[in-house]
Amino acid sequence: MENKLRVTVNGPGGTLDLKNPVLTASGTFGYGLEFMPYGDLTSLGGIVVKGLSLLPREGNPMPRVAETTCGMLNAVGLQNCGVEVFLRDKLPQLPTEQLPVIANLYATSVNEFAELGGVLASESGIAALEVNISCPNVGEGGVAFGQDPNMARAVTAAVKKRAGDTPVIVKLSPNVTDIVAIAKACEDGGADILCCVNTLVGMAVDLPSRKPLLANVVGGLSGPAIKPVALRCVWQVSRAVSLPVIGVGGITCAEDVLEFILAGAHAIEVGSANFTRPDAAFRIAAELPAAMDKYAIASLDEFRGSLRIDQ
Amino acid sequence: MLQQPILTQLTVMDLVPFGNAGSDTGFYALRLTPPGWEHWSPGQFVMLRPADASPEHLWGRPFSICRVTPKDMVIFFQTRGRATTAMAKLAPGNVLDVWGPLGNSFAVEAKTLTLLLAGGIGIAPFVGYVQHHPTPWDLSMEFGHRMPLECYPIDSITEYTMVEAHLEKEPGDLQFFIERMDDRIQKHAENGLVLACGPTPFLCTVQRLALKHKARAQLSLETRMACGVGACLGCVVKTHLPPDDGSSIIVHGEGDMAMRSKSHNVQTCTCGPVFWADGVTLA
Repeated sequence: MENKLRVTVNGPGGTLDLKNPVLTASGTFGYGLEFMPYGDLTSLGGIVVKGLSLLPREGNPMPRVAETTCGMLNAVGLQNCGVEVFLRDKLPQLPTEQLPVIANLYATSVNEFAELGGVLASESGIAALEVNISCPNVGEGGVAFGQDPNMARAVTAAVKKRAGDTPVIVKLSPNVTDIVAIAKACEDGGADILCCVNTLVGMAVDLPSRKPLLANVVGGLSGPAIKPVALRCVWQVSRAVSLPVIGVGGITCAEDVLEFILAGAHAIEVGSANFTRPDAAFRIAAELPAAMDKYAIASLDEFRGSLRIDQ
Repeated sequence: MLQQPILTQLTVMDLVPFGNAGSDTGFYALRLTPPGWEHWSPGQFVMLRPADASPEHLWGRPFSICRVTPKDMVIFFQTRGRATTAMAKLAPGNVLDVWGPLGNSFAVEAKTLTLLLAGGIGIAPFVGYVQHHPTPWDLSMEFGHRMPLECYPIDSITEYTMVEAHLEKEPGDLQFFIERMDDRIQKHAENGLVLACGPTPFLCTVQRLALKHKARAQLSLETRMACGVGACLGCVVKTHLPPDDGSSIIVHGEGDMAMRSKSHNVQTCTCGPVFWADGVTLA
């Protein structure tokens, strides 16, 4: 039987072939291994692992997560084991033959982004690179690259140059005046796929102690609270560029997945919902066929971007 | 061998308030249908979230496991924030998403004089500990508390071992409790074992005293936690011990030994919640 969930995410310089459109968002799914007790990784469209840097990073001081109404804040600051340990110890444990593993990468300079992209793209177990130019929680780099079209173009081009035929996804920040301008700059720089969006900068305070809930004071807001913003970004960007878009932000059920595809997304990433229940991504992927039937969607390709807007 | 954690839905059998009848002290024993694990160890915890919780409350909450039998699982909790306040309204028949058993566990050493130090609600994991210990006559407990003793599952402990309870009301009470712990830790320093669970300031005191007397001591930490499975990195703590998985040991331009002696972050949920007192940096 033909798999009606299959998605081919065709970028100009690389293709991501997914058995279904459900991916996991970087920073919410560890290195994938953490979730093996809760579901079959190969039932997912793919996973995006925790943001990797060339060297291990310790991240920000504690506390660095806080629950907010319908969402959460984090200022983890990209704590990670570094690319070398990831490739040596983590990646070999993942079923890369049956599961597209996407490496999210973070660096503090264009050259470092290129170097890291080159290292990761040369690994056969890495299906795509997701360039993080939108982390709000790090002092250097991060969102600074994603808020300036010229920088965004330069980083994209530098990674693309070293990526060979490995597709390059660029993850955009919603913390900009015009996300379309950044999206076009990334397209111009050679991006294959765009991902909308990273977290929204926010803060929370504790009245009795008069302290911020995060040591970093501000952090990235994620969860259902940001879904309308993410949906808007997917809609704006997918109409403005000719690249496929991956949607992420507040997805908690199969209906949410369909909403993002209706707005123009090719695939989606499940983020904070992985914390609400460790089987969230597996469950969403499993429930997608029934949700498609419920809304009489025979083909995701035909359904994609079919939003009816009264003129 | 620790049981692989599983996610399951358990039903509330009953929710029993502790303390004076008629007044809500905010202390509860939550009894759930059995989780079907083959094995668990005292010190481990579960994440709980009501299955019908609104998306307003995104995360589950971590709780020490008090007891697991073929008939039930018991969690002891105190209402502190909005999630535990919502849990205090659970009724028989309500369903919870439960994932566990999570984390590591306390050392269990037969025929070793073992001192249990509990601060307030930190008594919870010791209920299972005293029941499981092969030589409970080697155990004794010092228990510091601020609410009346009947608010805590103290009877489940005194059934197996001797408990010295210290009610903290006046500022001097705390000092007396600390002096008592100082004395008892010293007596357990040679050939003994000290296990502690409670709020972080309490654990800091235990750690200081254990290091002073060179006592072997384990601390069970309480931290804010989103996922419980090692992914959110919200519960990390600094340790200078090399991680089990070899991560963080290799650093470009630095030798292995340089990194080994350097402290680094590990997740309390997967590398803890129990840490040796000489291997962890408390806030």
